[in-house]
Amino acid sequence: MAAEYQNIFTSVQVTAPSYPGISIGGDTREREGPAIHSHLLGRLGDAQLGPIYLGWLGICSLICGFIAIEIIGLNMWASVGWDPVQFARQLFWLSLEPPPPAYGLSLPPLNQGGWWLLAGFFLTAAILLWWLRMYRRATALGMGTHVAWAFAAAIWLYLVLGFIRPILMGSWGEAVPFGIFPHLDWTAAFSLRYGNLFYNPFHMLSIAFLYGSVLLFAMHGATILAVSRFGGEREIEQITDRGTASERAALFWRWTMGFNATMESIHRWAWWFAVLCPLTGGIGILLTGTVVDNWYLWAVKHGVAPMYPAVFQPVIDPALTLLGVKP
Amino acid sequence: MIKRFHLIAVLLVSTVLAGCERPPVDSVQRGYRGTAMVQVYNPRTMEDQADKNKAPAPLEAASPDGPKARDVYQNVKILGHQSVGQFARTMVAMTAWVSPEQGCAYCHNVQNYADDSLYTKVVARRMLQMTQKVNADWQSHVGNTGVTCYTCHRGQPVPNEVWFKPINTAKMSNFAGDKAGQNAPAPEVGMASLPSDIFTPFLLGQENIRVSGVEALPAGNRQSIKQTEWTYGLMMHMSKSLGVNCTQCHNTRNFADWSNSPPPRVIAWHGIRMARELNNDYLVPLTDTFPAYRHGPGGDVAKVNCATCHQGAHKPLYGAQMAKDYPELLTKQMESALPAAASASAALVSEADIKAVGALAGVPESKVMSVVLKR
Repeated sequence: MAAEYQNIFTSVQVTAPSYPGISIGGDTREREGPAIHSHLLGRLGDAQLGPIYLGWLGICSLICGFIAIEIIGLNMWASVGWDPVQFARQLFWLSLEPPPPAYGLSLPPLNQGGWWLLAGFFLTAAILLWWLRMYRRATALGMGTHVAWAFAAAIWLYLVLGFIRPILMGSWGEAVPFGIFPHLDWTAAFSLRYGNLFYNPFHMLSIAFLYGSVLLFAMHGATILAVSRFGGEREIEQITDRGTASERAALFWRWTMGFNATMESIHRWAWWFAVLCPLTGGIGILLTGTVVDNWYLWAVKHGVAPMYPAVFQPVIDPALTLLGVKP
Repeated sequence: MIKRFHLIAVLLVSTVLAGCERPPVDSVQRGYRGTAMVQVYNPRTMEDQADKNKAPAPLEAASPDGPKARDVYQNVKILGHQSVGQFARTMVAMTAWVSPEQGCAYCHNVQNYADDSLYTKVVARRMLQMTQKVNADWQSHVGNTGVTCYTCHRGQPVPNEVWFKPINTAKMSNFAGDKAGQNAPAPEVGMASLPSDIFTPFLLGQENIRVSGVEALPAGNRQSIKQTEWTYGLMMHMSKSLGVNCTQCHNTRNFADWSNSPPPRVIAWHGIRMARELNNDYLVPLTDTFPAYRHGPGGDVAKVNCATCHQGAHKPLYGAQMAKDYPELLTKQMESALPAAASASAALVSEADIKAVGALAGVPESKVMSVVLKR
């Protein structure tokens, strides 16, 4: 019999009357609808669904998001001649492309990237409105605004890719297409064009924080589940009143790696690792093409990329030896 | 509940993996250890391809003695320097390589073999010149191995792998849905969403292929990411056509750098130029020679790319030394003026000639004769 904490689903569900949430000063009109309870939902999170709050920020954000998805989706559908079967079959390949580089930052015709600019505008509006909503809801509840700022870190990377860097490069054509495979091909092409992104130190940092986040999340989740039999899931209280669960968790990590986080600091670690992943990544993207043109050569210049013994006879660029030949 | 969950999980995983090749695969080190410079081969794919890339046995050599073809036959423009026996051997070989089912009549008016009325004969003559050009002037790409008609044709009148300019049928309106020449599962670029008509700019036109900067800091290199996707597409075509990974020609730590590249990159560089020249100098000028039904959807002629010869092998026919047995294909022959002295009677190939040719080539007489007997 597997122990309860080894299940990926929440095994303990407390059945209780719906709770509308704390009072935030008499103004409760923003909480819409009755709350319902779902057992299946309770296996993943809280069984209670609602009451919901959108407000005008949320509604505007959803409308903008809907418009963006419509522009992207209808352009994709138009690109297969409005064939619903081909739309479904080729969905992962379809895309809404940014303007050809020849248009620079000028406004292109709708079908030459104009739709892309419109979709980008509405998607950005939706994201920024949603960010504002997160910020305002957090303050309304008297919370800190940590979630909003973590979200802002992701928005930074998004804006660098689709807005800030294209403007610095002087061409919307530098931006990412809206499409599943096309944006992945764009990523590979980006690295090929700028001499291998893996030699970009900010890309290295971003990867370190990405994998670091995964590692920290696994360590923390596992630690808390492992001491939940001693009440370890009440971790916030245990910041000031450690109790046996915290003591055991701390001792475990001191034994295994000689150092331990605390019930408070582990959450700061996690937050910073997560936030630094897109922050450093965005810096790396921003520097690419604007400040550095070939990351491999940059890395050679600064002693980052090691030289390996030659395996083949060195070859010479034939364009250099054949005069008058286009490379 | 748990069982159903497992079932769904298994189904999901197998759906996701359905597009993958099953292990094991073989990998061959191509660079310094630890740098991921390896070639990955799937032995099952290789097995399938081995059969498709076998060179046919050479025909028995013919005697160079005796009268020259140009003195015996009329309208022999390229191979007139051969003896009649050699000339017949070449014709038989070409028939076996290009039109084994259709026989001599695929190119020749069997009433008068000298007649140029069939378009196939005019094309075949030009293709002979093209083959000679490749073997004589493009050794930078084909080396001493060279090519024959069979390198591309493989027993088919039209090679398996040719390309036409696409016409954009999917674009229904000018208002929305422009694909920018990409974003469809295109076999030309290994089913990626990369630009699919990579041949028109690079193997017909002379668009710039190099996109990477040659200096660490920005120094005027204005190649865009979109342009990179076109280059990337061309490289995918080369990789697919040759059945190799990027590492065959590139050190993947820096694709652009020549000093780190494996030597095949130089051969491939010449190959791009060769395909470009063959398309522009040999195939495009034949556009009006071909009948409309041989044209592509846009009315253009069938053209060559890397796959036309390579057909999945890193060297066509795995480097079989086929051309050395056909020295007439190795050197360029100027198109000679028709010898005025040739008599009318000499122009007709007799049935005895055909029989002699068949015996020479080891081709069943019935096959060679089929054309003759039909009339």
